[in-house]
Amino acid sequence: MADVIQLRNVSKTFGEVRALHDVNFEVHSNEIVGLLGDNGAGKSTLTKIITGYHQPDPGGELHWKGERIDHLSVQKARDLGIEVVYQERALADKQSLWRNIFLGREMSNKWGVLDIAGMKSETRKLMQTVMGFTSSAITADSMVRTFSGGERQGVAITRALYFEAELVLLDEPTMGLSLTETKKCLDFVNEIKNTGKSAIFIDHNIFHVYPVADRIVVLDRGTIAGQFMKNELTLQELIDRLYLVAQTGSLAEKGEVR
Amino acid sequence: MSSTEQAARPLSQTAQRGPLARFARTYSLQIGIVFVAIVIWLLFLAGSPQTFLSRNIYAAFMSSTPYFALMAIPLTLVVITGEIDLSFPSVMAFGMTAFDIVFTATGSVMLGFIACLLAGMLAGYLNGVLVVKIGMPSLVATIGTQFFWRGAVMVITNGQGLGMGAVQKSILYPGLVHRIGGFVPMQFIWTIIFAVVVWFFLNRHKFGAHVFLTGDNVESAKLMGVNVGRTKTLTFVIVGFAAAFAGFVVSEDLLFFWPTMGDGYMLNTLASVFLGGTSVFGGMGTVFGTFVACFIIGAINAGIVAAGMTGFWTNLIYGFIIVVSVSIQTILGKRLR
Repeated sequence: MADVIQLRNVSKTFGEVRALHDVNFEVHSNEIVGLLGDNGAGKSTLTKIITGYHQPDPGGELHWKGERIDHLSVQKARDLGIEVVYQERALADKQSLWRNIFLGREMSNKWGVLDIAGMKSETRKLMQTVMGFTSSAITADSMVRTFSGGERQGVAITRALYFEAELVLLDEPTMGLSLTETKKCLDFVNEIKNTGKSAIFIDHNIFHVYPVADRIVVLDRGTIAGQFMKNELTLQELIDRLYLVAQTGSLAEKGEVR
Repeated sequence: MSSTEQAARPLSQTAQRGPLARFARTYSLQIGIVFVAIVIWLLFLAGSPQTFLSRNIYAAFMSSTPYFALMAIPLTLVVITGEIDLSFPSVMAFGMTAFDIVFTATGSVMLGFIACLLAGMLAGYLNGVLVVKIGMPSLVATIGTQFFWRGAVMVITNGQGLGMGAVQKSILYPGLVHRIGGFVPMQFIWTIIFAVVVWFFLNRHKFGAHVFLTGDNVESAKLMGVNVGRTKTLTFVIVGFAAAFAGFVVSEDLLFFWPTMGDGYMLNTLASVFLGGTSVFGGMGTVFGTFVACFIIGAINAGIVAAGMTGFWTNLIYGFIIVVSVSIQTILGKRLR
């Protein structure tokens, strides 16, 4: 299976703190990778390197579909087809729904004049189809801060879907969601798989990651502690191993070679 | 989460009231400020009908309000990005100092005018560099540049003013301060032009979308690939340009450039932006609100004197109107949104 994205020997240092240490990580085409790890394991840093927000320390390499990318910026990552669904914080609260959908890549003509009518009508279309907003209270002009947690997540997910991402990163997408909202979110991950795209599902809730992931990668204190295909392991075994990681920093049981 | 759901409930009720309620919700800031303007105007009309029914007072408003309205309108952009600029009064004089130097050296009013605008943009760019590249809080950075440019002006001019008589022969005189029909001053027309252009870029252009986004959620703006630094720097450059332009208009209108020029403009200009409904926290604001608020602030001064009260009342009434109307805006904003 071809790789969509591959990271080789990626490290990231912030001052004295080494957030990532020689990480080798890849996502195959049409694969859902669950990225697990405790707080401070380096999940967010890894995400931000893949989306071009942080640059890896010198020596680290990024490959997109086999081609080396020298300097990945946020804009370039988007152009390649990398989309992120950040929990909550990636919405602009005081702006309307349509502005949030088109955040940072507004529809405009070559002089930068906005196509507001176009953006609003696209937003309305998305509201009826993807987002499933049926309440008459929400219009394309509604301010996002009046939305519930699930609705906000719907906006973030719709944004990724609308721009037809090759690789969707979901950064703790189920945090703060109700049961039904969580299910909707997980359905969305399955939909990514069905449409032939890839995703990285980052969370520390294994009960959410396990059902939808093909492969699970465990990050611990900046390094990859281990990884395995889901069908190799039951949920209970996974839980046991995560406890082991927390104690020893390694996924392998004593005497086991991986 | 339950609190956001509860907050959403009254919203669904207003939405069902139809398009009028929706209009009121969308434009609550603008409606509020127009309401304040009308109330104040009616009070002045009642207090001093002979003054406020004559057209002279309106000619006076149109001539002196642009002095700071020309700066308040672009300043709205800076405030929406969540920053502040306190250096513009000194930049007015700094631009004119550049004019002074170039005009004295070349004798060309036009070259001097261009130098003035460039100096203003340079000063704005420096604010941008301090805030964006160095990472200084804009409040501190622009207090610093405010002193710095004022000092530079004083050192360069040695405290000496410049007579602007020669400007009367230039096309810039009729172009910037001529009274159309002996009544409407050109600077008023320029204020409207500034308002329309800034409104257009704020609401109908990518630049404005990024201005709102930067002020609303800077982290999200960066994550979504918006060049936050460039956006902020550009807003500072625009204010610098506008301050230099306003400085030129004031000097030309009064036919004299005082190196202390700008000293009285700081608070009127800032008050206009905030009275106009622009949020000090960024992410929200309207050009229309600032425009109307400028004329409210401009009217109070003249109105109080015309209404037969002493000038001592001016600050008291300024303060009262600002506090009361911004309170109303804040309460309305909570309820309608």
